[in-house]
Amino acid sequence: MEGLPILSLMMLVPLAGAVACLFAGAKAARWIALAATLVTFALGIGLWSNYEIGGPQWQFTEKAELFAGFSYALGIDGIALLLIMLSVFLMPVCILASWDSIAKRVGEYMAAFLFMEVLMIGTFAAQDLFLFYVFFEAGLIPMYLIIGVWGGDNRIYASYKFFLYTLLGSVLMLIAMFWMVAEAGTSDIPTLMQYGFPPEAQTWLWLAFFASFAVKVPMWPLHTWLPDAHVQAPTAGSVILAGVLLKLGGYGFIRFSLPMFPEASAQFAWLVFALSMVAVVYTSLVALVQADMKKLIAYSSVAHMAIVTVGLFAFNVQGLEGAMIIMLSHGLVSGALFLCVGVIYDRLHTREIARYGGLAINMPYYALFFLLFTMASIGLPGTSGFVGEFLALAGIYQTSSLVALVSTTGIILGAAYMLYLYRRVAFGDQKNADAAAMPDISAREWAMMAPIAAAVLWMGVYPESFLAPMRADIAVLDARLAAAAPASDAQLAPGTPRTEAANALSHHGAGHEGMGQADTNSDSAKEGAH
Amino acid sequence: MDFVPSFALVAPELLLIGAGLVLLLVAAWGGDKTARGIAIAAAAALFGAGLMLVPGLHVGVDSPATLAFGGLLKVDSFALFAKALIYLAAIGALIVAPAFFNSAAAGAERVMRAEYPVLVLFATVGMSIMVSANDFMSLYLGLELNSLSAYVLAAILRKDTRSGEAGLKYFVLGALASGILLYGMSLLYGLTGGTAFSVVRASLTGEIGTGALFGVVFVLSGLAFKISAVPFHMWTPDVYEGAPTPVTAFFATAPKVAAVALTARVAFEVFGAQVQAWQQIVMFTALASIIFGALGAIGQENLKRLLAYSSINNIGFILLGLAVANADGASAMLVYLFIYVAMSLGSFVALLMLRDDEGALLETFADIRGLSVTRPAIAWALLLFMFSLAGIPPLLGFYSKFVVFQATVEAGLIAFGAIAIAASVIGAFYYIKFVKVMFFDEPAGVVTGKSGAGHWALLGLTALIISPLGYLLTPSLTDLADKAAAALFLAV
Repeated sequence: MEGLPILSLMMLVPLAGAVACLFAGAKAARWIALAATLVTFALGIGLWSNYEIGGPQWQFTEKAELFAGFSYALGIDGIALLLIMLSVFLMPVCILASWDSIAKRVGEYMAAFLFMEVLMIGTFAAQDLFLFYVFFEAGLIPMYLIIGVWGGDNRIYASYKFFLYTLLGSVLMLIAMFWMVAEAGTSDIPTLMQYGFPPEAQTWLWLAFFASFAVKVPMWPLHTWLPDAHVQAPTAGSVILAGVLLKLGGYGFIRFSLPMFPEASAQFAWLVFALSMVAVVYTSLVALVQADMKKLIAYSSVAHMAIVTVGLFAFNVQGLEGAMIIMLSHGLVSGALFLCVGVIYDRLHTREIARYGGLAINMPYYALFFLLFTMASIGLPGTSGFVGEFLALAGIYQTSSLVALVSTTGIILGAAYMLYLYRRVAFGDQKNADAAAMPDISAREWAMMAPIAAAVLWMGVYPESFLAPMRADIAVLDARLAAAAPASDAQLAPGTPRTEAANALSHHGAGHEGMGQADTNSDSAKEGAH
Repeated sequence: MDFVPSFALVAPELLLIGAGLVLLLVAAWGGDKTARGIAIAAAAALFGAGLMLVPGLHVGVDSPATLAFGGLLKVDSFALFAKALIYLAAIGALIVAPAFFNSAAAGAERVMRAEYPVLVLFATVGMSIMVSANDFMSLYLGLELNSLSAYVLAAILRKDTRSGEAGLKYFVLGALASGILLYGMSLLYGLTGGTAFSVVRASLTGEIGTGALFGVVFVLSGLAFKISAVPFHMWTPDVYEGAPTPVTAFFATAPKVAAVALTARVAFEVFGAQVQAWQQIVMFTALASIIFGALGAIGQENLKRLLAYSSINNIGFILLGLAVANADGASAMLVYLFIYVAMSLGSFVALLMLRDDEGALLETFADIRGLSVTRPAIAWALLLFMFSLAGIPPLLGFYSKFVVFQATVEAGLIAFGAIAIAASVIGAFYYIKFVKVMFFDEPAGVVTGKSGAGHWALLGLTALIISPLGYLLTPSLTDLADKAAAALFLAV
């Protein structure tokens, strides 16, 4: 595929599909959208299989000076590759999820989703700072329409909140971008990632970017738009919101905040940790008491994304890799959980947990899938969730044991609210006759769930497939961060073996000598980490 | 004195004046039934005058040979850029007029008056003179020719009280503004001994005296009135709402360009040595316009009134470019003006297409409920315009904000830019209300009337310009704007 502008093609296919959908009838629009997303997915597979692991950092680069002020420059590294794969993988699923449940204005709906896909791919592939911003912000328009036109009863409030929250977050980032470009003299992202901004300027730049990404991730206390948007959005809208749009925030941290402002990132790590710790505990507890299934999963998303941010700001390889794997895993799992909610919502038109019960009796396959995704969300070994959370927590443990301790409670609380949800929905008595009469999942729903289930297990059993493409990029990032990495409180150093039994009486002098030894060891370990 | 080069420089204006006078005679003898023909001829004259500008636009005429009539006018590339934009906007205002005036939308009269295109022509000549003025006398001449034509245009529906009210308000307040401007000019004349820009500039170097400062403030206040910048914006919503919609479309575009260009020229060429004296005034006005324009729009039910506040809001962003006080800022301002003209013209054309069965215009939010179901093409076009006005990428409206803020940050006015951009989010609130009403609400189904091909063509063209495809225009647009802005600083 040498010379083929595959990234542009991946954006062109859904774009053409979107335009066609606008003018097509309902039935045709569904098929066009499905075909367009499948073709894009096929192109994505081509992208992955042609991605040269261990090759140059930036691959599939394209550049054209089409505009004044910024250039049309695309290119991906392993991190962007995986996030693009996540997007193109979820899109056909989203189209299938909306197949029957969207009955009004199908053409416009499908067009909005396809535009969304274009913009998501563009955001991850952009190599120009302003081009990134254009794609990043443009996603507001289709999402605003998806929530507002096809959403639930309170959709207008949710759509306004989503739009204005995210817009207010991003505009300051634009000002910071102007400053950076004026200072560095280029808007090329790879160059800026290696540029050394003066530390005092980094503080402000970091805060401006943080305002945008913290809203997108979302971090407590800026998360309040998320439950509203999730609950009101149609199923596929929630899938794409949880699956990909939240990842834009994490991607922003890993692509911009960390490599461009390493000193400021270290300086503000405490802020990220504090907010994330609050988020893990608080939103998990909030999730525990939700009566609405979508809201529960929305709050669980905030908790999971908090572990992502903790992992990112751990400043070491495990933390970064773990954060990336959680992002991918959470994209699949929370997307799948929203699909699970959508499946029963389509049948009973309620998301109230209390209306269901004993679904394992009449919908065994559904219960099986739901169980798998529940377990993946909890982080059961063998599923993708485990790999990510383990790595991220291992990473943060090296930096701060306190943060690791608090973040780990998220796993326990996660198990609590997810199992509690599963028990109430799938087990127990069949409380309502209409819920008991619901048919099991159809072939279309199988087609939605099975691929995600397979991906979740694949990532859980053999994560190397996903770690390998980004290993080199994470290493580069880690090297960039090394100089600024904050001091760790958990530098374990091997002590000297005891020469006598622990309860033997010892001389004071020997004890002191031993401690001195440990100190030197920890110093050398620090240097080794650098 | 050899007038031939001077006449050659003002050939577009001569063409327009000639066409205006001939068409006035046709109107006098032919009556209102010739109105459509006159409109077409006027548009053709504007187009022809526009074509005359093209060579200079590309070459960038910045030499002393740009001075006409002993320095009264200065036809540099800055003036050419502004004129091109003004002519295009005026053509737009002519295209949409007949369908409006010949329908129930025009109230009791239902007939297009033959004077309408002639007045548009004269107003355009006035604006042409404004943007190429190089002397306070020619400035005032152009300004008044434009203003007086505009007062009549606002009141052209004689039997409609709203139109009459708009004309009267515009006249009284406009006359007041002219008075303020004249007073400032007289102060400057008294203190510097001349009315030519170069003379005033030469005397206004070094420490500025209190009297001269008063002159600067009065002149800028008078001009702020004309561009409807806060705190001199009060007339705008009333006039925009009351005037016939094609006239409003005209007011929102061409005179804005002319007045902004004039303000920029006065600021840089007359007060160029006193930047610190006016910069903070402009900064305050810009911020106040952005904030009050946005806040004022929030409660509006009438779409024209809302767009009036939106234009105040946009003027704020344009003034941001002026406040930067360098060539980059001026260039950004011109780029913004171009995009702003496309967006405003498009929005007003879309508004003109909201008709009921009888052809009467519908102009409140209640009427456009669920428009995306009943009239999807208009609704989608309005969606593009509104997101573009809100500055959301990938629409071209984002690019206009992009260049202005880039110039602001590069000039080091970071805090100022940050406040302004945060305030732009307030504006987004009412722009997305448009989308909410058209797309999320249940259809009201009152917009049933048909629109002519002219409207559709204009709507399609403006929508195409502000669509992401418009970004392909940006290299040449930036190039032209840079040349034009450089001309402003050549005299320095």
